[in-house]
Amino acid sequence: MDSRALYQEMILEHNKKPRNWGVLADATHKAEGLNPLCGDHIHVSLKLNGEQVEAVGFEGEACAICKASASMMTVAVKGKSLADAEQMVQEFRDMTTGKLDTAAAPHHLGRLTVFAGVRDLPTRVKCAILPWHTLHAAFAGSDTASTE
Amino acid sequence: MTARDSLLAPLDVTALRRDFPILALKVNSKPLVFLDNAASSQMPQPVIDRWNLYRKAQHANIHRAVHYLSETATAEYEKARHKVQAFINAAEPRECIFTSGTTDGINLVAQGYGRKFFGAGDEIILTTLEHHSNIVPWQMVAEEKGAKIRVVPVNDRGELLVDEYRKLFSKNTRFVALTHVSNALGTITPVREMIAIAHEHGVPVLVDGAQAAPHLKVDVQALDCDFYAFSGHKLCGPTGIGVLYGKAALLEKMQPFKGGGDMILSVTFEKTTYAPIPAKFEAGTPPIGEAITLGAAIDYLTGIGIERIAAHETDLLDYATDRFNRLPGVRLIGTAEKKAAVLSFTLEGVHPHDVGSLLNDDGVAIRTGHHCAQPVMQRFRVPATCRASFAFYNTTAEVDALVDSLVRVQKLFA
Repeated sequence: MDSRALYQEMILEHNKKPRNWGVLADATHKAEGLNPLCGDHIHVSLKLNGEQVEAVGFEGEACAICKASASMMTVAVKGKSLADAEQMVQEFRDMTTGKLDTAAAPHHLGRLTVFAGVRDLPTRVKCAILPWHTLHAAFAGSDTASTE
Repeated sequence: MTARDSLLAPLDVTALRRDFPILALKVNSKPLVFLDNAASSQMPQPVIDRWNLYRKAQHANIHRAVHYLSETATAEYEKARHKVQAFINAAEPRECIFTSGTTDGINLVAQGYGRKFFGAGDEIILTTLEHHSNIVPWQMVAEEKGAKIRVVPVNDRGELLVDEYRKLFSKNTRFVALTHVSNALGTITPVREMIAIAHEHGVPVLVDGAQAAPHLKVDVQALDCDFYAFSGHKLCGPTGIGVLYGKAALLEKMQPFKGGGDMILSVTFEKTTYAPIPAKFEAGTPPIGEAITLGAAIDYLTGIGIERIAAHETDLLDYATDRFNRLPGVRLIGTAEKKAAVLSFTLEGVHPHDVGSLLNDDGVAIRTGHHCAQPVMQRFRVPATCRASFAFYNTTAEVDALVDSLVRVQKLFA
């Protein structure tokens, strides 16, 4: 597949101006994500208020796919309940690994479907998923996530 | 560096390219531009033919049966060893051990020499430029024996600092392992001088020749190295085969790396007597067809002439470096005066991984990542680089295709 189709304006724009960039000073949960193969390395921090994601931030050194995925993830899960956010983690994973066809089945991913095409680029799937693995690790209380 | 020795006839690259079926491939409907030769090079038809001949008409296990096929396979396998000997100018064929690749060869020395002769407080000298395969095997044996690793630094151009290297020697130095050509930066290191310095201290030296053997004339006797390791698949040969050269006297006093068949003279449950070299280090059924095919690859390369190959690649490097230097937003990592045809670079504002994917859309194959040389990445403070590595079958038109593709990436990310 032509990867240029994936580098859409929305992804390029989030790569250039990532939202919620930085580590939260008052984080209740944190995790570090590493993709050893290509060197993507991000930190996700969040503040849980009871069962609600009150704030979420990320920073790191990563490719455009990973960075945009992280940026759009923080926008999407901010204000959501823990259960809803975990649901999105699962749906995002399923979409990028080809188990969920967002064009046919119901989902809660909204604009995140711009990443659907990554399923046809096996070497890049890990880049898109890393932030979501890391978010999941932070929820679960583990310090690190890896795509290997 | 002079672009070309006037005595050398230039390569007819158009004709040579016809030897490589894979170079006619289209990727994403674009002609393949294969610039990942430092990872693995492609195989020409005569080498593919040799592989097929072995498979079709010569295969049997070697050094065992008395039947026709076994005798043929054994003779061809040993003939390949003679070709290797001539290729690197070893004093004797028995100094050339077939391994599965460079990594295997380095592990053989780390285990066969290091485990026998290293002790607590001993020191092993490595360099910043090493591939992980010339770091980790030494760390493993150092940890086991309580030995220490010392590291030769590089300057901002990616050249080893020989004066600093001299200072690393002490009465505890037991071994030096260094690369001939850096896989990540292309730097050609002053191995000959560094080997001489080690020998002044009575210290043996292993040279990682994985990146050098395809591009430079290697003469192990002129270098006076104690060990030299390289791989077949970077030499237009198959994967799964490599060579470890070692001086006979050293190989003889080392302990075997792997135990098994073919490496023994006699076995009882009380005592095993090892075979003489090279068999002592070739336990089990070796990659026979791979070794024979490597012999054919060596024939192919020497038929062209390594010096002519080096001259063409230097021309390509000069052309590519010049084009890159005119490209705004590109940083070349590794600008050593003596360099093999490798361009490691970063594009401002674009992660190497994105560059690699987008270049692939244009049929251009490069490597992106840390190149199994994380200490080099740390030294130059980059998480990863893009690496274009050239072979003798590449052309200036392919350099242009690379540059055009990079400009398109820059526009997309502008």
